[in-house]
Amino acid sequence: MMHVYADNAATTAMSQVAIDAMTPYFNKIYGNPSSLHSVGQEAKEALDAARATVAACLGCEPREIIFTSGGSEADNQAILSAAAYGKKKNKTHIITTAFEHHAVLHTLQKLEKEGFTVTYLDVSKGHNITAQQVKDAIREDTCLVTTMYANNEIGSVLPISEIGAVCKEAGVTFHTDAVQAVGHLRIHVKEQNIDMLSLSGHKFHGPKGVGALYVRRGLPLVNVIEGGAQERGKRAGTENLPAICGMAAAMKDACDHMDENMSRVAAMRDRLIEGLSRIPHSALNGDPVNRLPGNVSFCFEGIEGESLLLLLDMKGVCASSGSACTSGSLDPSHVLLAIGRVHDVAHGSLRLSLSEYNTQEEVDHILQVVPEVVAYLRNMSPVWRDLQDGKREYIL
Amino acid sequence: MALYSEKVMDHFTHPRNVGIIENADGVGEVGNAKCGDIMKIYLKIDHEIISDVKFETFGCGSAIASSSMATEMIKGKSIHEAMQLTNKAVAEALDGLPAHKLHCSVLAEEAIKNALKDYYDRNGLPYNEKDFPDCAHCAHCE
Repeated sequence: MMHVYADNAATTAMSQVAIDAMTPYFNKIYGNPSSLHSVGQEAKEALDAARATVAACLGCEPREIIFTSGGSEADNQAILSAAAYGKKKNKTHIITTAFEHHAVLHTLQKLEKEGFTVTYLDVSKGHNITAQQVKDAIREDTCLVTTMYANNEIGSVLPISEIGAVCKEAGVTFHTDAVQAVGHLRIHVKEQNIDMLSLSGHKFHGPKGVGALYVRRGLPLVNVIEGGAQERGKRAGTENLPAICGMAAAMKDACDHMDENMSRVAAMRDRLIEGLSRIPHSALNGDPVNRLPGNVSFCFEGIEGESLLLLLDMKGVCASSGSACTSGSLDPSHVLLAIGRVHDVAHGSLRLSLSEYNTQEEVDHILQVVPEVVAYLRNMSPVWRDLQDGKREYIL
Repeated sequence: MALYSEKVMDHFTHPRNVGIIENADGVGEVGNAKCGDIMKIYLKIDHEIISDVKFETFGCGSAIASSSMATEMIKGKSIHEAMQLTNKAVAEALDGLPAHKLHCSVLAEEAIKNALKDYYDRNGLPYNEKDFPDCAHCAHCE
C-alpha cells in the first residue's frame, strides 16, 4: 500500500543534511560552548556558525538571534517582553488576529488577566487580514502587534510587509509567529520591518525541540527561563548544540532550494485543491491566492473529521483535521470558527500539508482515496441523508 | 492505531447494521451537529422482539463503533432487554473507550432508548418518562 505523509504542518521528516549536521555534536564536538577549554571553544565556534547561518536566512545580524526550545517558547518570550516594555510606558493594548496559534493566544489571555487589552482582528473576510485593519486598530496605548506570518491550519499568508510598514510608521513593535513560513517563504526581517520573529526547527526538516527568536537590536527582552548567561543572558540553559546545528543546516538547505521547492510543492497543492473542489458540498478554507505552498484545507459537509482521518490513515494517508474529536475538546478548531465556518461544517475539516518530499503519485493516491472516504462516510451519515432529502439546508 | 482498541477499529471499519429501515416501528435520533455527533436508530419490532435494527451516524470513529456495537447487542432481543442496555455495557463490549470518548457510548444508549420511546408512543403503550433521559443530561455538551 502506498504510504503518504501529508501532515507536514504538524511536523516534517528530518533531512539527511540536518542529521549529518547534528551527529558530530553528540560525541565528537560535545563540549559546552560556555567552557573555556578547547573542546568547549570548538562547540562555541559551531554555535556561532549556526547563529550566522540562521541570521543570513532571515536577513538580520547574528547577535539578533536567540536560540530557544521551539516556536512556542519564542512566541511567549516575544510577547511577554513587548508587554513588559509597554507596561512601563503605560501602554497596555495589544493587537493580534483571531486565528493565531495557541502559543500566542494563551499568552495573550494571560496578559488580559493582568490588565492588558487585546484586539483580535476579524479574519472572516477572505480568511485573512489587511494592513488597513491593523492600522485602524492601533491606538495611543498600543505596545505590540503580533500576527502570524502564515496560518498553520488554513494556509493563509498574511500581508506581513504591509503590516510591518504600518507598525513602523506608528512606532509600534511588530512580532510575527513565522513557524509555518520559515523555510517555505522568502523572509527578510529588515526589509519587511519585522521587529521580532519566532521560528521552529522541525517545520522545515530540522529537529524537534529547537527554535529561535529574532529580536531587532535594541529591543528589550524579559527572560522566560532564568539561569546562566547563555544567549547574551536572555535565555538560560546549556545550548542544545546538536539541535541548533541541525536546524541551521536544514534552514540553509531550505533557503538554498526555496524557489524550486516552492514551485514544485505549490503545483501539487494546486492539483489537490482542484481535484478535491470537485467533491460536492465542499469548500476550501483559507486565502486562495496568498497561501502557503503546501497547504490544502477543506470542509466537507455531512461528515466528521476524526472518522475521515482514521479511514484515510487506513488507506495510507496521514492528514489532520480541525474537528473537535481530534483535539479532545468539544469545540472544533478556533481557526475554522474564526473564518466563519459554523460548527456543523467545521467538524468535517481536512488538512493536507505537503513538503518537497511528496510526489505527484502520492497526490494521485490522495485524489483517489479522499472522495471515496468522504462518500463512504456520507452514506452512513443521518445529516447527509437529511441534506439530500431536503430536510436540512446545505451550508456549503 | 493505539488510540482505540482492536474491537473499536473493527466496528468502525466494518460497521454492522448501517442503513435505514423503511417503515420502521421506532426511530430515535440524539446528539447535534454542534457537538459533533448525531446518531439515528431504526427499529423493526415484532411481538416485542427487535427483529431488525439499523443505524446512521455522523461522528467520530468511536461514535460509529458504539452505534455498531449497540445495535448488535439489541438485535433479536426483547424491547425490555433492550431497555436495560447501558452505555457502560457498550463501552465494555468494545474493550473500552478513551475517557473523552465515553460520551459516544452514552449517545448509543440514548439513541436506542429514544427509538424505543418512539415505538411506545406510536403504539400508545405506557412508560415511565424517567427511563428516557434525553441527551441534554449528558455533561458533554454543557
